[in-house]
Amino acid sequence: MTRAGKTTLFRVLLIGPALLAITAFMIVPLGLMAYISFRGRDYSGGVLWDQFSVEAYIRLFFERQLDDTLALNFNYMLIILRSVWLSFVTMVVSLLVGLPVAMFMATRDRKWKAVLVFMVTLPFWTNLLVRNYAWILLLRDHGTINSLLLWLGVISEPLPLLHNEFAVAVGLTYSFLPFMVLPIYSSLEKIDLRLVEASFDLYATRWQTIRRVILPLAFPGIVAGCVLVFVPALGAYITPELLGGGKTLMIGNLIGFQFGGARNWPFGAALGLFLLVLVLGSLSLYARRYRGELEGSR
Amino acid sequence: MRLNPFRRRRFPGDVTHWPGLFTATIAFFAFVYLPILILIALSFNENRTVTVWTGFSLDWYRVAFANRDIVGAATNSLIIASVASVSATTLATLAALRMASKDRFMGKGAINAVFALPITVPEIVPAVATLMFFASLGFTLGLGTVIIGHIVFCIPFAYLPIRARLEGMDPKIGEAAADLYANPVRAFWRVTLPQLIPGILSGLVLAFIISLDDFVTTFFLGGAGSTTLPIYIFGLVRVGVTPEVNAISSLMLLLSLSLVSLSLFLGRDQNRNTGPG
Repeated sequence: MTRAGKTTLFRVLLIGPALLAITAFMIVPLGLMAYISFRGRDYSGGVLWDQFSVEAYIRLFFERQLDDTLALNFNYMLIILRSVWLSFVTMVVSLLVGLPVAMFMATRDRKWKAVLVFMVTLPFWTNLLVRNYAWILLLRDHGTINSLLLWLGVISEPLPLLHNEFAVAVGLTYSFLPFMVLPIYSSLEKIDLRLVEASFDLYATRWQTIRRVILPLAFPGIVAGCVLVFVPALGAYITPELLGGGKTLMIGNLIGFQFGGARNWPFGAALGLFLLVLVLGSLSLYARRYRGELEGSR
Repeated sequence: MRLNPFRRRRFPGDVTHWPGLFTATIAFFAFVYLPILILIALSFNENRTVTVWTGFSLDWYRVAFANRDIVGAATNSLIIASVASVSATTLATLAALRMASKDRFMGKGAINAVFALPITVPEIVPAVATLMFFASLGFTLGLGTVIIGHIVFCIPFAYLPIRARLEGMDPKIGEAAADLYANPVRAFWRVTLPQLIPGILSGLVLAFIISLDDFVTTFFLGGAGSTTLPIYIFGLVRVGVTPEVNAISSLMLLLSLSLVSLSLFLGRDQNRNTGPG
C-alpha cells in the first residue's frame, strides 16, 4: 500500500465511526424530516409516503374549512412570533444583566477570574429541567416570592407570576444567561485597560468611555453572546412547557405537540425544518460576518 | 481584598473600581444561585405544603428512596449515561486524534461542522427527526433508541475538550520520542496517550452529565421501560409540586455539581501542563 493510501485509510478509520454515527442518526433523520414535511398526512398518525403535498406549509398560514376553502389562521404565526419575541426579550435582558458582570469579571486579577468563570459556568451543567422547576417554586401563587411579598405587606393577594409570558421570559433568561456573560467576558479580557485610562486622560466621561471605547472593543463578544442566547431560546422546549403552563406555547412545544396529542407528522416536520433553517441561517450569517472570532477561539 | 466594594474610590480611569459593577455581579449571582439554594432548602422541609418552612426533615429523601419507580428511573439514567458517554467518548477520541493534526485535507472544516451540529441545532428538532426515522424503520422505542440518541449529542461534548487538549500539546515532546527511536505506535501509547488521559476523562464526565440531565431527546425517543429521572420528575411536576420532587431534584443537582467540579478539576490540570511558559 502506498503511503498516501495508508494515510487515507488511517483517517477513515479514526474519523469514520464518529462521522458515521452523527450522519446516520442525525443528518439522515433531518433529511427524512425535510422529506416528510412534503408528504401527505395519514390521519391515523403516520405519513402517506407516496403522496406529495404542501398541506403542512399551507397549514402554517391557513385553516382548511369544511367546504375545502382556505381561511387565514394566525394561531401558528402567533406562536412563532411569540417565540421570536420572547427570545429577543431574553437576549436583551441577558445583555443588560451580563455586560456589567462581564466587565466586573474582566477587571479582576487572575485568581478571581478563574473563580468567577467557574461560578458562572457551574449552573450550566446542572439539570435544565430542575433549574426551571425551581422557578415554579418561586413564582407559584403560594410560592417563595408571593409569600415573601405578602408577609412584607407589599401586596394583599398573590401576584399571578406563573404560567404567563413573564414566567417564560424569566425561565429563558435564567437558563441561558451564562452564554451571554462568557463570550463578552472573553472579549473584554483581551482589552488593554490602559485604553480606558487614556480615554479618561482625554477628558472623556464614564459614559463616553463605555460607548466609544469599551463597547466597540467588546462588540464581537456581545454579538457572540446574543447569538448563543437567542438560538437556544428560540428552540426552547422545557421552559415554556413548565413555566408557560400550556397557554404560552413556543415553536418547540408546537413541534412536540405534533408528535404527541396532534399526531400530525408532516406539519411537525415542516415546523422542525422551519426552526432548523431559522437557526442555521442566523448562525451562518453570524459565522460569515465574524469568522475570525469563531476560529480565533483556538 | 480586591472585591471589597467599600474601598476608597480611586481616579475614574481605574475601571476595576467602577461603581455598580460589584452590585450588578452580586445581584447576578444571587439570581443564578438563589433558586437552586431555595429548592435544596425546601427539600429538607418537613411540611407538605412545600413552600412554607416549618422544620428540618429528611423524610422526603426517605420517601424518594423507598419509591421503586424512582429507583428504577435512576437505574435507567445511569445505564443510559454510562453506555452513551463511554461510546461517545471513544468515537470522539478516535476522531480528535486525527482532526487535531495541523495538516489540511479536503472536507476538514465540514467534518468539524458536522461534529458541532448536535450542539448547534435546538434539541427538539433532531429529537423529533430521529423519532420519525426510528419509527419509519420499524424500531421499537426504548432504552436502545434513547442510547443511540444520547451517543449522538454527547459526541461534541467529548470531542471539543479532547481536541483542544491535543492541539495544546507540545509537538516537541512527540518529536523527542521519535528522536529517541520510538516508532509511531510506541510514541502514541507511551507519550501521547498518557498526556491525553485527563482530557479524555474530562470529556467523558461532561458527556456523562449531559446524558444524565437530558430531557428532550429521552422524552421523544423513549418508550415503555426507558423512563429516566428527568422524565419521571417531569411527569410529577406536571401533576403538581410535591416534596419528593424537591428531594430528587436536589440530589440530581448535587450529582451534576460534583461531577462537573471533577471534570473541571481534571481540565484545570491540563491547563497547568500546557500553559505557555
